[in-house]
Amino acid sequence: MNRLDSRLAEIRRADRKALVTFITAGDPTPDITVPALHALVRGGADVLELGIPFSDPEAEGPSIQAASERGLAGGMTLRKVLELVSAFRKQDRHTPVVLMGYFNSILAMGCERFAVAAAASGVDGLIMVNLPPEESAPLKGPLDEHGIRMIFLVAPTTTEPRARMIIESASGFIYYVSLKGTTGAGNLDASAVGDKLRWLRGLTPLPLLVGFGIKNGADARAVSRFSDGVVVGSALVDTMARQSADPEAIPQALIEQVREIRRALDQPSA
Amino acid sequence: MQGANRYDQPSAGHFGEHGGRYVAETLIHALDELGDLYDAAKRDPEFRLELQRDLEHFVGRPTPLYFAERLTQELGGAQIYLKREDLNHTGAHKVNNTVGQALLAKRMGKPRIIAETGAGQHGVATATVAARLGLACRVYMGAEDVKRQSLNVYRMKLLGAEVVPVLSGSRTLKDALNEAMRDWVTNVDSTHYIIGTVAGPHPYPTMVRDFQSVIGLEARAQCLQALGRLPDVLVACVGGGSNAIGLFYPFIDDAEVRLVGVEAAGLGLETGRHAAPLNAGRVGVLHGNRTYLMEDDDGQIIETHSISAGLDYPGVGPEHAHLKDIGRAEYDAVTDDEAMEGFRLLNRCEGILPALESSHAIAWVMKHAADLGSDQTVVINLSGRGDKDILTVAELDGIDL
Repeated sequence: MNRLDSRLAEIRRADRKALVTFITAGDPTPDITVPALHALVRGGADVLELGIPFSDPEAEGPSIQAASERGLAGGMTLRKVLELVSAFRKQDRHTPVVLMGYFNSILAMGCERFAVAAAASGVDGLIMVNLPPEESAPLKGPLDEHGIRMIFLVAPTTTEPRARMIIESASGFIYYVSLKGTTGAGNLDASAVGDKLRWLRGLTPLPLLVGFGIKNGADARAVSRFSDGVVVGSALVDTMARQSADPEAIPQALIEQVREIRRALDQPSA
Repeated sequence: MQGANRYDQPSAGHFGEHGGRYVAETLIHALDELGDLYDAAKRDPEFRLELQRDLEHFVGRPTPLYFAERLTQELGGAQIYLKREDLNHTGAHKVNNTVGQALLAKRMGKPRIIAETGAGQHGVATATVAARLGLACRVYMGAEDVKRQSLNVYRMKLLGAEVVPVLSGSRTLKDALNEAMRDWVTNVDSTHYIIGTVAGPHPYPTMVRDFQSVIGLEARAQCLQALGRLPDVLVACVGGGSNAIGLFYPFIDDAEVRLVGVEAAGLGLETGRHAAPLNAGRVGVLHGNRTYLMEDDDGQIIETHSISAGLDYPGVGPEHAHLKDIGRAEYDAVTDDEAMEGFRLLNRCEGILPALESSHAIAWVMKHAADLGSDQTVVINLSGRGDKDILTVAELDGIDL
């Protein structure tokens, strides 16, 4: 069974909320990524989302754009991202890893070659920011064949017929984009998210995870009242950027930050 | 607005394997709405009349098809005609599209317009129509381009637009497009994004091509009237490719008419310092569509170079990618130096100051006119005027204005 599916099923059985953490591969340097991933798990992350740096990250806010630029400046490539996942897997055979990026990175490698290499590295899922289901067939076929989940996004602007179509193609979980904007934006409205999630619940049994604009434990807790979990990205990336002069300190800073979010998510509801 | 023909389009928004809609989910609904509204508008006689009126009275169409007699003599071959898009209001073909899209924004009731710009011509054309309709306007422009196109930056400000220098990535047109997409995804309810070329997600490549097709429709009628037949060769510069597709499209079914797109070879295709994805790129996905791109082995978009800011873009409209694949159009490239020769020649022998973009098309004809022979007729799309480029050219000449 796919690590991502079993982890999310486990969390649901335990009546917990999933915490997905995002960092960008190679940010701020290639050698920090694997220790950082382990630190995120130690802090309480259930699923790791790892960004593939891309030259033109058009859906990202300033934090993740800068992370992408730092990763590229350090020589990160898709091949090296997969090597980092392999290195992580030597010590952690259980935590699901989902790659996030832009379709051109995959196209340049070739969809089939990517699927084979990603499965061999221990990748469990893929989020392609700019690949809606209509255009996804050339990639989804190979991913399905190699047991990698293709995760699709649903946005506040997605209509019902479209949501049904996306759900048809979806696997792993539904990534609900909490707001109209880029990653790390400041206009999160938890109650609006709640309405949308109740609606989506009626359409699919897949886990619903919410991302964009969730910065801390309080945001995570507010949104997780309606969702099966949250994705936290820019806030962690900002921490790494702040620590980039002293990369040794990054893992500990991440552990503490993730613990705070974890505690808020695990707090019994009043 | 529409020609008779349509070559094979596997589905709406696709041109062979190119085109499509590769964007964040948040934007899909806005693209659907825009596509539906545009489809309805182009069938609506009232919209067509309104557009035609604006093109006539505000833009100043039709533009002349001008016989360049001295240029023809000088080059000693084909009969050379210029389609004078430089005579449009605001000085380039860009306004054909912005006038149309502004009318659509008005129909959608969206009070705010955004645009990206490279050379600044599209930014000026957008700021112009926004001013005229009383819409708020923000233009994203790479910080590098802000520096090299200061005249157009000031023009946009005079027109009441806010010009935002983009500091991310390579700080040029592609980064301005990324930033405009980010703005749009954030303000999608209130804002219409006027993309300036025949690239981007569906429906943009089709819609912008339709608005620009007025160039080819006029040229076709003007040729029939002046020559009693169709021209033999059409030549246009290609960055994103909106002026070229505008000229080519109404001739697509006329198999005997040769279509030549001219990309920017910059310092030379062999140097890698150019902006010629159709000549030396490969197929990828950027800015919402699948097309030929300048990229490295890892799929990272690489920095392009052209003397002309308007051609300095790593992608190209998906319809051009398809026309190349099926062999209906041919795509060549000329260097910065060759474009400069074209620029100087047109000034000297026709009294016309062309944009550096359009100078690429002139340069191609300089190289090939003699081979074509005097029985052949060539139409060059003179897509814009060169006032904006005077500082660049003066600098090359070592003159400090």
